[in-house]
Amino acid sequence: MIRLIEDSDPSAFEMLKLLYPHSGNAFIIGITGPPGVGKSTLIDALILEFRKLDIKIAVIAVDPTSPISGGAILGDRLRMQRHATDEKVFIRSMASRGQKGGLSRATKDAAIVLDAMGYEIIIIETVGAGQGEFEVATIAHSTGIINIPGTGDGIQTVKAGILETGDVFIVNKSDKPDADELVHHLTRMISMRKPFKTNLAKTNWTARVLKTIARDGTGVKELADTFLSHFDFMKKNSLLDQKRKKIEKSYFTSLLKDLILKKVLLFAETSGEYMEVLNKIQSREMDPLSAAELVVNNICVLKSNN
Amino acid sequence: MKNKKKIRVLIAKPGLDGHDKGAKIVALALRDAGMEVIYSGLHQTLEQITQTAIQETVDVIGLSIMSGAHLPISEKLINMMKEQGLDDVNLTVGGVIPHRDIPKLKEMGVAEVFPGGTSFEDIITGINKLFE
Repeated sequence: MIRLIEDSDPSAFEMLKLLYPHSGNAFIIGITGPPGVGKSTLIDALILEFRKLDIKIAVIAVDPTSPISGGAILGDRLRMQRHATDEKVFIRSMASRGQKGGLSRATKDAAIVLDAMGYEIIIIETVGAGQGEFEVATIAHSTGIINIPGTGDGIQTVKAGILETGDVFIVNKSDKPDADELVHHLTRMISMRKPFKTNLAKTNWTARVLKTIARDGTGVKELADTFLSHFDFMKKNSLLDQKRKKIEKSYFTSLLKDLILKKVLLFAETSGEYMEVLNKIQSREMDPLSAAELVVNNICVLKSNN
Repeated sequence: MKNKKKIRVLIAKPGLDGHDKGAKIVALALRDAGMEVIYSGLHQTLEQITQTAIQETVDVIGLSIMSGAHLPISEKLINMMKEQGLDDVNLTVGGVIPHRDIPKLKEMGVAEVFPGGTSFEDIITGINKLFE
């Protein structure tokens, strides 16, 4: 099924329609951070903690597709192989297949499948692309951002993106020097991001900063507990509903984009007007901006006339 | 924008054999040929390999074996794949494989054998051929 989604098989679209009503029960955790900070290793340790609580857990690990060959090495899984034969753990690697932000619509579709299959927690691991890839927050209920000591000064922690999306900040490899300094920077950053209104503070989740050493499991239990308590907190304060609404909206928008693009490209293939306009752009008779406007307007008008 | 169906390959190292340079290099070559490659890591049991192939919906399993135990390993894995219904997954074997064993492996149901010294081109063509 996930395979059909990846290959954009039309039958996947139909099957998802049937599965969708059964989804919506899982707690989705996004894990993001630069390459090499230990995302996969930490998830491996997290699986162990969640399994101790007998939670059924699925992992979607996204790795980059080569823009040159279109191939990919999916290497996240190899750090989680000790769970390969546990029936209540499902691990699936996906290649980003050229989507920016490291998260394709296919990831969201796959999450729906796993959710409908009854996995209670779904962890999505993003491509370790670094700054600006916090799209995972548009799919996940809770987002964990991993950092390691020694990767830059305090300014790195206050740049846009990372500031807005993290619910849990993780300082991994915290046995390395300067770990406390990073914790300090992150904590200070979080304390500044709140609106300075005390009545909001009661119903808003304050992002946590945790220290872990994924390799030996130090701090991982606390991390698992923090994710669970974030989930509880959201449930109690009706934040979860808000989040779900947001997630559904962004999924709907991305579906619209995909479907519209498909229609437009179909139009491009079958209509002479597209070629005509393209020629005009290329001979500089028309600017591409008015041309795009014209083509889109024509498609929309066509539709409403029908 | 057309999405050609991508070939997904699991490169797996069964058992105690600890040499994975070859497996990793082959993985790279397959990536450069446009395939999606999942690398299992060292010391995998056959159960782990079968489960991984299921969860990752691969088209090909590429076993890398340098230990000399390719005959019993392949036979066991093929049986296990049959039990789990992985009939549409092709098993290929590479590594230190004496030429005299190749017919035996093929008889068991191994789709392709790539002994040490096989060129990347031959491996890629061999795998692509399975899907023509």
